[in-house]
Amino acid sequence: MSDLLLKIRDLKIEGRSDETWNPIINGIDVDLKKGEVLGMIGESGAGKSTVGLASMGYTRDGVRISNGSVVFDGVDLVTASAAVKRDLLGKRIAYVAQSAAASFNPAHKLIDQHSEGPVQHGVSSRTDSEQDGMELYRRLRLPNPDEIGFRYPHQVSGGQLQRAMTAMAMACRPDLIIFDEPTTALDVTTQIEVLASIRDIVEQFDTAAIYITHDLAVVAQMADKIKVLLKGDEVEEADTRTMLSSPKEEYTKSLWAVRSFERPAKPAINVKATPVVSIHNVTAAYGTVDVLHDVSFDIHAGRTVAVVGESGSGKSTTARCITGLLPPRIGHIEFDGQQLPLDYKKRDKSQLRQAQMIYQMADTALNPRKSIGETIGRPVEFYMGLTGKEKRKRVDELLAEIELEPTEYFHRLPSELSGGQKQRIGIARALAAEPKFIICDEVTSALDQLVAEGILRLLAKLQDELGLSYMFITHDLATVRSIADEVVVMKDGSVVEQGPKLDMFQPPHHPYTDLLLSSVPEMDPDWLTNLLQERGVDNIGDAAVDKM
Amino acid sequence: MAGLSKIILQRLLLGIATLFAVSIIIFIAVNALPGDFAQSILGQGATPEAVAAIRDQLGLNASPVTRYLKWLGGALQGDLGVPMSQALFQSFAGASTGGDVITVFDQIVPRLKNTLFLAGVSAAIAVPLAVTLGILTALYRNTAFDKAMNVTTLSAISSPEFFLAYVLILFLAVLNPVFPSLSNIFPGMEFSDRLNKTMLPALTLTLAVTAQMMRMTRAAIINLLASPYIEMARLKGLSPMRVIVKHALPNALAPIITVIALNLAYLVTGVVVVEVVFVYPGIGQLFVDSVKIRDIPVVQACCLIFAAVYILLNLTADILSIVSNPRLRHPK
Repeated sequence: MSDLLLKIRDLKIEGRSDETWNPIINGIDVDLKKGEVLGMIGESGAGKSTVGLASMGYTRDGVRISNGSVVFDGVDLVTASAAVKRDLLGKRIAYVAQSAAASFNPAHKLIDQHSEGPVQHGVSSRTDSEQDGMELYRRLRLPNPDEIGFRYPHQVSGGQLQRAMTAMAMACRPDLIIFDEPTTALDVTTQIEVLASIRDIVEQFDTAAIYITHDLAVVAQMADKIKVLLKGDEVEEADTRTMLSSPKEEYTKSLWAVRSFERPAKPAINVKATPVVSIHNVTAAYGTVDVLHDVSFDIHAGRTVAVVGESGSGKSTTARCITGLLPPRIGHIEFDGQQLPLDYKKRDKSQLRQAQMIYQMADTALNPRKSIGETIGRPVEFYMGLTGKEKRKRVDELLAEIELEPTEYFHRLPSELSGGQKQRIGIARALAAEPKFIICDEVTSALDQLVAEGILRLLAKLQDELGLSYMFITHDLATVRSIADEVVVMKDGSVVEQGPKLDMFQPPHHPYTDLLLSSVPEMDPDWLTNLLQERGVDNIGDAAVDKM
Repeated sequence: MAGLSKIILQRLLLGIATLFAVSIIIFIAVNALPGDFAQSILGQGATPEAVAAIRDQLGLNASPVTRYLKWLGGALQGDLGVPMSQALFQSFAGASTGGDVITVFDQIVPRLKNTLFLAGVSAAIAVPLAVTLGILTALYRNTAFDKAMNVTTLSAISSPEFFLAYVLILFLAVLNPVFPSLSNIFPGMEFSDRLNKTMLPALTLTLAVTAQMMRMTRAAIINLLASPYIEMARLKGLSPMRVIVKHALPNALAPIITVIALNLAYLVTGVVVVEVVFVYPGIGQLFVDSVKIRDIPVVQACCLIFAAVYILLNLTADILSIVSNPRLRHPK
């Protein structure tokens, strides 16, 4: 009994909206022993972060713990005074946030923020904790560990910041760390390094942890046991291997099944056919710096070309060149064999109509003041010249096409829709122009897996019905596997490899493609261990990229 | 740092261009004032001939463009001209007295010094007070203390300055004679004496400017309290005071600096009423007197100084705001 570090009983949490308190968490129990790692998974809105923060006795503004107890080493954090909690926070319980870039104070150097906790808690002196910080940076395999702490957060990359934040959480050698989606915002090759570092250091210091994530494959690598949450309720909890091999609940099974969606392979491309879109030797620059180098690929009718690569690889810049937002410095774009003017301002309406875009953040891509009917009606009127009843009829058709009931949704505002529904509106808006070709820029990366799968299925259905061609920009190889026909791999503004999907997932391929593929976490709980053994810790992730 | 000096140089050039544009506006506006010096000096009964003669003597009959260029040319060389009252006196007394002409410059400098002294004393009280209160109200937001401070400072800013001045005189000069109610300062005074006499006008001005700076400090800090790095600071178990002073304030500096600069400019250019109440010999009084008698060179010079103060302070605020951003101070 005494080895129980954290005991949460019947935790209920409420959030305030419109002057009333509504339940967010409906009674959750957590038991965590010293040195144990609990993975907490669920979709957005499941309450994972809320529970994670509550296990530190902390709630955000407008949220309150209405019932239950959070007992950490004999102290109930729900009833403890602010001073008692302050003494525990940072010292014995630490937090690692999702976005290290936003959670480091931009005004102070990393090492100052690192030593602040130990000094304020009286755990160690400033010099000692700075020395210790450098040692932790070294253990977390940060480059230049003796120097990196003297930089400001904006001078350090995202993956490095995430590790520096883990080091900061370790500064007082806490008994418990809450990791709140620490790798969600990172590229796969960066993620794998951070995961390896976190797992390593948690084991070294025998720290207990709650690891919050929506990514099952990630949690499989990190956790001893897994708890699944759905809308504030616990679905089930079991040790990691049991949970992966034999989940009991239907919801858990459905989460596990998402990755099984895969389109059947299409017949090979007719090489003689004119591609819908053809990118010829495009080199483009922001200012005087070239960011794309001699990029060429074709997109054929009715097919999906997935453009994959990490942030900064030039995927979105290629899309900007195709749409004419960024005229290429060298090279050109052909559409149905016709060369397009490089600048979108010089393209006529029919040329503009042919290439439409769907964006990553449906939230910001929709005008919050315009109803759904207006948002979709605008391109219907602009491109197709329909007005009045004809326009309404067409908008209704489009809404039906994206599987939303027209009468119910026509007058709604974006704020009255869920994330997945907003993305569907983005699709309808692109379809309104009746294009042959749509660029999908990370359209599923902001969505939960089940919702994302729905969007992918919808896009596949529309492709079959309307013969659309897609350029599908993504960093998620699971998505590529499920929807792509051809794959283009980009790195540092160049195409490193391209070909049919089946070939891309079969060895041998370019070392970078190989690295990307091998960095995607798999559901096997031994995956990370095996990979580290196979390759060695210095040959994974960014370190390996740098060697290329 | 090359980027930073480039930005500063840009702002500086922009400031000069603004000042130039303002000089045109000042000239047009001052010349559009109804009535003129000749008319107001000679009074109601003046014959048109006499008025014309004086206008001619003072060069008021030249075309506006010529007069503007002459004024601007002089101002660029530090010569703001001669007050019309002096010019007229001089021409009546003959050229022999030419040696000790009192120029606009001579008239303005001591007054400006007094005004700057008053502004300096007020700022030395008001800025630390406002920022401290801003921090405290942010720390104890939505408590009785916060509300009381907001009500007090808002009442102060909403009352006319002469009223505040008389209230202070009543309490600090009449009922409890702590400070003198007349601020008749003169050159060569002891500093402590001077400070003593400046205290009441300075306190009046403090009451007038504190509210805005305090509320901006409070708002700028509270605005940041929802950001992830503040949450992080709290989750590190830091005291609320440390969270605000060490983690929120450094990132809230830009808007606070801007408001402080605006209020400092007000302390230099907006103090006429306070100067009149306390008979403080500052530039505001000189300005009002000169407008009364349509002494255009003095009015224009005062306007130009006010504009320059505004531009200079805003420029400083801009540069400090930029410098307060570590992204610009420490590029990648």
